[in-house]
Amino acid sequence: MFAYLIKRLLEMIPTLFGITLISFLIIHLAPGKPTDILTELNPKITPEARERLEKMYNLDKPVIVQYGLWLKRIVKLNFGESFSTDRRPVMQKIWDKKQPLLDRRLFITLMINLITFAIILAISIPIGVSSATHQNSLYDKMMTTTVFIGFAMPSFWFALLLMMFFGVYLGWLPISGLKSLNYDALPLLGKIWDRISHLILPVFISAFGGLAGDSRFMRSSMLEVVRQDYVTVARAKGLPEKKVIYKHALRNALLPLITLIGLSVPGMIGGSVILESVFGIPGMGQLFFMSVMTRDYPMVMCILTIGGMLTLVGNLLADIGYMLADPRIRARQ
Amino acid sequence: MKAHSLKNVFWRRFKKNRLTLAGGIVVLLMFLVALLAPFISPYKPDDIDRKHILEAPSPKHPLGTDDLGRDVLSRVIWGARISLSVGFVAVGIAVVIGIMLGAVSGYYGGWMDSIIMRFIDIMLSIPTFFLILAVIAFIEPSIWNIMIVIGLTSWMGVARLVRAEVLSLKEREYVLAAKALGAADVNIIFRHIMINSMAPVFVSAVLGIAGAVLIESALSFLGIGVQPPTPSWGNILNLGKDNIEIAWWLSVFPGLAILITVLSYNLMGEGMRDALDPRLWDVEI
Repeated sequence: MFAYLIKRLLEMIPTLFGITLISFLIIHLAPGKPTDILTELNPKITPEARERLEKMYNLDKPVIVQYGLWLKRIVKLNFGESFSTDRRPVMQKIWDKKQPLLDRRLFITLMINLITFAIILAISIPIGVSSATHQNSLYDKMMTTTVFIGFAMPSFWFALLLMMFFGVYLGWLPISGLKSLNYDALPLLGKIWDRISHLILPVFISAFGGLAGDSRFMRSSMLEVVRQDYVTVARAKGLPEKKVIYKHALRNALLPLITLIGLSVPGMIGGSVILESVFGIPGMGQLFFMSVMTRDYPMVMCILTIGGMLTLVGNLLADIGYMLADPRIRARQ
Repeated sequence: MKAHSLKNVFWRRFKKNRLTLAGGIVVLLMFLVALLAPFISPYKPDDIDRKHILEAPSPKHPLGTDDLGRDVLSRVIWGARISLSVGFVAVGIAVVIGIMLGAVSGYYGGWMDSIIMRFIDIMLSIPTFFLILAVIAFIEPSIWNIMIVIGLTSWMGVARLVRAEVLSLKEREYVLAAKALGAADVNIIFRHIMINSMAPVFVSAVLGIAGAVLIESALSFLGIGVQPPTPSWGNILNLGKDNIEIAWWLSVFPGLAILITVLSYNLMGEGMRDALDPRLWDVEI
């Protein structure tokens, strides 16, 4: 098992390398020099200062050398300084150690995605299993319809509708940000509720689409498994149906779901751009969007790379989950 | 009784599923709407009427007006053109790239296969939406550029599919026979192998259109896709967000159009996939 993990880790290295290469090339193949935007902001900049700036970013060297130098820096997680007016180090903007954990951008994005994940798993597995065991029932058909709508629903539109209904019309939930303006003045319980109430809509929206897909997938995987011989054997030896489904069938039906979850990580991280922009959540996705709009190259390269790394970590976790769930993989070692 | 040809079986199975058929009909209707937009839209999509801004739906403006007094129904109708053309061109690009790389990878194998597969892994590891945003940041957000960028970031599924098909077909006798007769590789790949694996590619293209429509509308919604005054469902929704407290119709209707379109393509694609899957063919057919 340990050897398998090491092998998977080693396999990740070329992919990681490729991710950094693509993040680098996208920025550098774009027309104009990355420092143009910096000098445009300050028209009074002298040619000498511009030259110094270009030296600093090694723009006077061939692209391949620039990439090497950049790679050398980012190994130490030094992604350089942001081009925005605050000129803070890029990493500090994503993970500001001076701020409480709950306010760090990367943490906010991870937190929302992890809560979403937990909810998707907790709901889609039982839904998928019960749709499969009640195949073609009214319940199954209702679920199938919901799933199709969930697939087709543009998340940002659904967000607007819910904001209109719960935020504007009923006035029950806040529609923007992560905490209220008077947050600091609230008592502890009030603070906790304030945080939670700001998260309800975003988490619901981001869970909805995944919920549809995963429960559908769980259903077909379960349908496939209950046709297998070992399930018939379990039934034949007189095991109660509950035990057959939840003990013998479920475990095998879960395997493809784990793969699917690993594959859905990049979509979720990418989706946080839309979600955080709609709800005004100060996370990494929102920062990425702002950086793209202001052409803050170091910031964009950094978040692209981090997004890729998070995907790899997600895939690795899915592999570990697969290994824990499937004794055959462990036995192969 | 009709012959049991693949085409007949497919068509009968496709029709049998009413939802699939409904999806297909809506897709056709959407095409008609897009095609006939100049004739059926009650107003010109960019006719500004400052006396009637942000008006709720009424007989005169069935879906209301926006912040410049433009008729929302007309803009939604014209938006169909944008959505469908982006969907088709983007998927066209993705399918061409996917077939090329998938076929080369599957047919030649070896180091080319390793490199292409590794490249696909890398592309799949970077969150697609991040990638699209990063590229769009540096180019002009014109509709052509958006089509190209969506196409360039969504070919990986097709490539994997084609590779698997080629791998399973390239050792068949008829392919080996063609090879023995001295047919050129290009000929074998396209005339003998690809022709027999077009069906799954077609299904994934139909589903891909749904995805491309969603991405385009998301980009336009964020304000970096199709730029106003060109109407697109996404950029009307962008206005809807700015006026969320006063003009619900700006948010509801264009979103509904996206939902219905994407739903129809998905239903059609899924139905086609089921119809093509011999494992699901019943005895009665």
